[in-house]
Amino acid sequence: MARRVVIDPVTRIEGHAKISIFLDDAGNVADAKFHVVEFRGFEKFCEGRPLGEMPGITPRICGICPVSHHLASAKACDAILAVRIPPTAAKLRRLMNLGQIVQSHALSFFHLSSPDFLLGWETPPASRNVFGLAARNPDLARAGIRLRQFGQEVIEILGGRKIHPAWAVPGGVREPLTEEGRARIKAWLPEALASTQAAIQLFRDVLQKHERETQVFGNFPSLFMGLANDDGLWEHYDGHFRFVDASGNVIADHVEVSRYREVIGEAVESDSYLKSPFYKPMGYPDGLYRVGPLARLNVCRRMGTPLADAELERFRRHGRGAVNSSFLYHYARLIEILGAVERIGQMVEDADLLGSHLRADAGINNLEGVGASEAPRGTLLHHYHVSEEGLIRGVNLIIATGQNNLAMNRTVAQIARHYIQATTGEIPEPMLNRVEAGIRCYDPCLSCSTHADGRLALEFELVAADGRIIAHAAR
Amino acid sequence: MAAKTLTIDGQMVGAAEDQTILEAARDAGIHIPTLCHLEGVQDVGACRLCLVEVTGINKLLPACVTKVTEGWEVRTSSERLQRYRRMVLELLFAERNHVCAVCVANGHCELQNLAVSLGMDHVRFDYQHPRLDVDLSHRLFGMDHNRCVLCTRCVRTCWYIEGAGTLNVAGRGEKSKIITDLNAPWGDSTTCTSCGKCVMACPTGALFYRGVTVAEMERDRGHLEYIVTAREKKQWIV
Repeated sequence: MARRVVIDPVTRIEGHAKISIFLDDAGNVADAKFHVVEFRGFEKFCEGRPLGEMPGITPRICGICPVSHHLASAKACDAILAVRIPPTAAKLRRLMNLGQIVQSHALSFFHLSSPDFLLGWETPPASRNVFGLAARNPDLARAGIRLRQFGQEVIEILGGRKIHPAWAVPGGVREPLTEEGRARIKAWLPEALASTQAAIQLFRDVLQKHERETQVFGNFPSLFMGLANDDGLWEHYDGHFRFVDASGNVIADHVEVSRYREVIGEAVESDSYLKSPFYKPMGYPDGLYRVGPLARLNVCRRMGTPLADAELERFRRHGRGAVNSSFLYHYARLIEILGAVERIGQMVEDADLLGSHLRADAGINNLEGVGASEAPRGTLLHHYHVSEEGLIRGVNLIIATGQNNLAMNRTVAQIARHYIQATTGEIPEPMLNRVEAGIRCYDPCLSCSTHADGRLALEFELVAADGRIIAHAAR
Repeated sequence: MAAKTLTIDGQMVGAAEDQTILEAARDAGIHIPTLCHLEGVQDVGACRLCLVEVTGINKLLPACVTKVTEGWEVRTSSERLQRYRRMVLELLFAERNHVCAVCVANGHCELQNLAVSLGMDHVRFDYQHPRLDVDLSHRLFGMDHNRCVLCTRCVRTCWYIEGAGTLNVAGRGEKSKIITDLNAPWGDSTTCTSCGKCVMACPTGALFYRGVTVAEMERDRGHLEYIVTAREKKQWIV
């Protein structure tokens, strides 16, 4: 009898979701779906608001990566004002985004994901978390928590608060970086660098013990998308879209952010509030592409900083052309932290950073604008239409987690296929753990991706071919 | 002018006979919360936040429009008054869309400050969430009806300080709204002098300078007082 296994809710991710695993008559895995079950409607209720409020409203989508929304939104507004923002403002925004990448990646790696592979898959869920990690390896847990704090403080030093700063505005930023702020950031750098390098060393060891996970956690050919600059270097704030295929060949490059609709289509599935973007020239669902740390490292030619570039070399030995295993998202995340810390180190030496010309002033010069930035989880797009007076008439948001939706489905199916063989109706615990961990590779943020309200939860469900739920597990 | 003597919160207070309870209290250093009151323009007693109790009078009296009377015993902060004031605020918050976190006036808003100081930490009534417009047709200013509490400070400022008479109130009850001229877009107004005094007068994020972003709308109401003092007393005190 064909059945469906449902994992509901999914834990240690940002948001609320469930997973359905469909079994065929023989009890083998036929398919899997990752459902996002919440809805918020930001795209709708922003209509009618003044443009200038958007960089304040849209970060409320998320408490983990508000800065990403903040910056993508401010950039969309810049496009509508048709201004080139002052160089100091651009640099300060970049600095804040680097802080954001550090803090969010540190959260994903240390707090959410590392308990799985550092404490062991069979550790009970009650202790397989950051507290369990702190008990087993207090130095590592402390380093991780402090690394996140470093990223948060960069944000706070610039924007006045760690979460939801109202700092970037259409045309620039509001407040300058003070000499004192710069000194505070600088003082953190040696510790941040040491913690990152220690984590990378640790993860290299983990990889040797987790060959199986590397093989089955979302290891499949796909496209990858991310921002890259004109030299093809790793980019997180400006630049253009670049797509590479599973062998690392560049299949689209120099795609201006404002032309995203030529390369990205958005499909809607009836079983999830998450949209499923795809690479338009290849159609749906063949145009599956991944975004985020793994994709950015596959897309870029180099990181652009010495330590991160050396690590990128090592990373690339895990693939031919492109690295295809989603388990290596974790590795890519650490390399991005390394690159971000290095870049912050370079930036704080730049005298321009303390400039006081921060804001370009202009009226409504375009009725439409697109802004993109690399959020920790992947490329984020904000697209606004406005009236001639500057009232929002339409909003389209394309979120990193949405773009990884198809890949997450594929990952869940691959893991389930590997760990479930003709089971008899129960949901095997190690399978649950690994399916969740597979999803965590992507560090999905469901609050963002549906612009939906978040709770940390996971549910599994097992359903017969006729639709009857015959087993259910919740965390 | 005859002086009157009364007690406010047990404190013996002397006041000129044409003074209001609010003025007498403030002269005596006793704080009574207000929202629709604005120094320099006439009071209308609309918001009911300054209601006080007077011994021997059954109803509550608005301090801003009630003249002092010899021998009165006035209480400004009884448990009952504080409860009513919180309820007044809850009703104001429930009536339209006051989303402080993303409001231009966040951190500089009189309504928000009142909620904090009077301990209004939740709203018991259903939020009405009406769908109201934002008027950005004026070159310099914007009007967001969602944030308006209909205190009419802007209307009185426009009529009695600037003398332009551009702003007015249309409609009745919950359908009331501030209009410019005969309900034309603000940018089309033929009477507005673009002086910006209404924006200075607004207690919330309803009137703002175009282009301000979240929490950026700060105002200097001292300008209004300066103009009124200069005009009425011929004293140019900055």
